[in-house]
Amino acid sequence: MDLQSCVTIEKEWDIVKARQLGRDIAREIGFGTVDQARIATAISELARNIYLYADNGQVCFEVADELDQKGIAVISLDTGPGIQNISQVMEDGYSTSGGLGAGLPGVKRLFDQFDIQSEEGKGTEIRVMKWLR
Amino acid sequence: MRIPILKLHNYLLISIQTEIDDNTAIQFQEDLLDKIHHTGATGVVIDLTSVEIIDSFIAKVLGDVVTMSDLMGAKVVLTGIQPAVAVTLIDLGVHLKDVPTALDLERGLIKLYQELGE
Repeated sequence: MDLQSCVTIEKEWDIVKARQLGRDIAREIGFGTVDQARIATAISELARNIYLYADNGQVCFEVADELDQKGIAVISLDTGPGIQNISQVMEDGYSTSGGLGAGLPGVKRLFDQFDIQSEEGKGTEIRVMKWLR
Repeated sequence: MRIPILKLHNYLLISIQTEIDDNTAIQFQEDLLDKIHHTGATGVVIDLTSVEIIDSFIAKVLGDVVTMSDLMGAKVVLTGIQPAVAVTLIDLGVHLKDVPTALDLERGLIKLYQELGE
């Protein structure tokens, strides 16, 4: 792994900044337009969760360049309230914000790997990975 | 940032050319409903040809504006959704089931014309 860059999410426009940077990195790695859209959309969902539920946080990108595989890792970090019941937020249609409830289960489907760690009162870290096929 | 809404006879035409953030989307929803109210438009085409990403929030705003316009008596057609955007929406689990769509602006106008019979 190398080249880590981060976008701090404080304002609503930072959601757009994060997904634009993520799309640019994905394009440079060589992802096609459909995967670029998947990656940018998932970043948008992660960044919006930070904006809505944690006062601030960061979305970071890492380029994975291993012997036989290239890919992008997106890491969402916040110091918000944490998620009480992770299995509940991973259900399609569950939302506390009046949204579609597509966010996290959607992000999981858009990426190849999905890891979530959350501690109440401390924050949430979500790490997703997509490999170039 | 405001998305321009053009009037053409009984229709309103919108081509979204910029990256949409949440505020712009909400502002657009209000602007469109106001414009329908003031012009008495019966049909609306929202062209999304230049839109590279629709996440769950923007999808909700678009789906809602179709339902809201319908309540007011105006029919909305979404046109030009890019292949990558269509794939991503389904992966995301957003199906926009009751939303009328057409391949491009021209076919969207034909669809309105046929359904509204004007």
